[in-house]
Amino acid sequence: MVFDWQYALDILPDLLRGFWVTIQATFLGMTAALILGLGWAILRRSAIRIMATMTAWVVEFIRSTPLLVQLYFLFFVLPDFGVTLSPFLTGVVGLGLHYSTYTSEVYRAGIEGVPKGQWEAAMALNMSRFHTWKAIILPQAIPPVIPALGNYLIAMFKDTPLLAAITVMELLQTAKLSGAETFRYLEPLTLVGLLFLVISLLSSRLVRKLEARFAQT
Amino acid sequence: MPPPFDLLPPLLSGLAVTAGLTVGGIIVAAVAAFTAGLAQLSRHWYLRVISIVYIDLFRGTSALVQLFWAYFALPMLGVELSAMATGIWVLGLNIGAYGAEVVRGAIQAVPQEQREAAVALNFTPRQTLWRIIIPQAVPAMLPPFGNLLIELLKSTALVSMITLSELTFQGQMLRASTLRSAEIFALVLVLYFLLAQIIAFIIRRLERKFAVGR
Repeated sequence: MVFDWQYALDILPDLLRGFWVTIQATFLGMTAALILGLGWAILRRSAIRIMATMTAWVVEFIRSTPLLVQLYFLFFVLPDFGVTLSPFLTGVVGLGLHYSTYTSEVYRAGIEGVPKGQWEAAMALNMSRFHTWKAIILPQAIPPVIPALGNYLIAMFKDTPLLAAITVMELLQTAKLSGAETFRYLEPLTLVGLLFLVISLLSSRLVRKLEARFAQT
Repeated sequence: MPPPFDLLPPLLSGLAVTAGLTVGGIIVAAVAAFTAGLAQLSRHWYLRVISIVYIDLFRGTSALVQLFWAYFALPMLGVELSAMATGIWVLGLNIGAYGAEVVRGAIQAVPQEQREAAVALNFTPRQTLWRIIIPQAVPAMLPPFGNLLIELLKSTALVSMITLSELTFQGQMLRASTLRSAEIFALVLVLYFLLAQIIAFIIRRLERKFAVGR
C-alpha cells in the first residue's frame, strides 16, 4: 500500500484543528509547570525541615511514575471526590503537575547557583524572607536556567499526545479517529509524526539561540 | 487480603510484563545508544548522517506517536510486529536516541592526551577506543543513563495504549470491573515508584563500583 496524498490532504484541516488543541494544552500546561515548579523549589528550601523533606518526596514520587497513570488517576479519581474537570482541563493539570517536578529541579540548580553571600547580604540588610526571594535570589537564579526550562517545554509538547488517553481531541486522537473511519492509519499517523518533528526541530533551534543569549560567562 | 491489597495479584501479572518490556527496552537502548553515539564521532560522513537522522527522528517526535506509527501504520508498509515487540523496539530506540547524546558527550570529555598517549604507544584505533576511551567515559555516562532508564520504565505505560496487558493496562481492566479507581491507580503508581527505586539503586551501586580507584 502506498502513501495516498489526496487522502492526506483531505484530513489535514482536521489534524490542524487537533494540533491547535495540542498547542493550547502545551502552553497552559507549561504555565502551570513553571509556577508550580517554582513553588516546589522554594518549599524545598523551607526553614521548616519536615516541609522541605516532604516536598522532596512528593517531587521524587511524581517524577518517577508515569504521566499516563497520573492522568488516569486525575481523570477517574477526582470525580469520586466531587471535582469534575473537563478532559482538557484534567490533561492540563496532569501535564502541569508532572512537569512541575522537572522544572523544580531546574529552578533548584539555578537557586543553588546564587552565591551564599547574597543571602547573607540580604539578611544583613534586614530584608524579609519574601523580599529576599523576590528582589535578590530569583532575579539571579532564573535567567541562567531559561534554556533548560525551554527544553522541558519541548518535552512537554511531545507528551501532549498522552491526553488522547483521556479522550481529549488533540492531534493524535484526531488522527486515530480518521484512521478508524477509513482503516488507513499510514497517512494520518505519518502527518502527526511530521508535525511534531517540524515543531520540535524548530523549537530546539530556538532553545539553542536562547542558550547563546543567556550563556553564563 | 485486606483492601486495597486484594487488588495486587492481578496487578502483579502486569508488573511482570512491565519488567520484561523494561529489560528488553534497556538492551535495545544500550546497543542503539552506543552505536549511534560512536557513529556520530565517526570519520565517515555517511555514518554521522545516519546517526543524526536517527537521533533527530526519535527525539523530535513523541514516544506515543512512534508507538502508534509502528503498531498501526507500519503494517500498511508490510511490517507486522506484536505489541510486545513494538514496545521493546520503539521504546528502546527512543531512549537510545537520547542515550546516544550521552555517549557522545562522555567520549568527547575524555582528555585528548589520552588519545595521543595511545597513538604514541602504537595502539590501533580499535584498541584505543575499547581499552582507553570507553572505560574512562563510562563513569560519566552512568548518572544520565540512570535518569534515562527511569524514563524508559515510565514510558512502558504507553504500551498499554496499543493493548499490551502490562501494569497500566491491568489497572485499567481492574478499574472497569471493580470501579475502585483511587485504590487501583494509587497502587499502580506505588508499583512504578518501587521499580524506579530499584533502577536508581542499581545505578548507584554501579557508580560506586566504577568510582573505585579514581
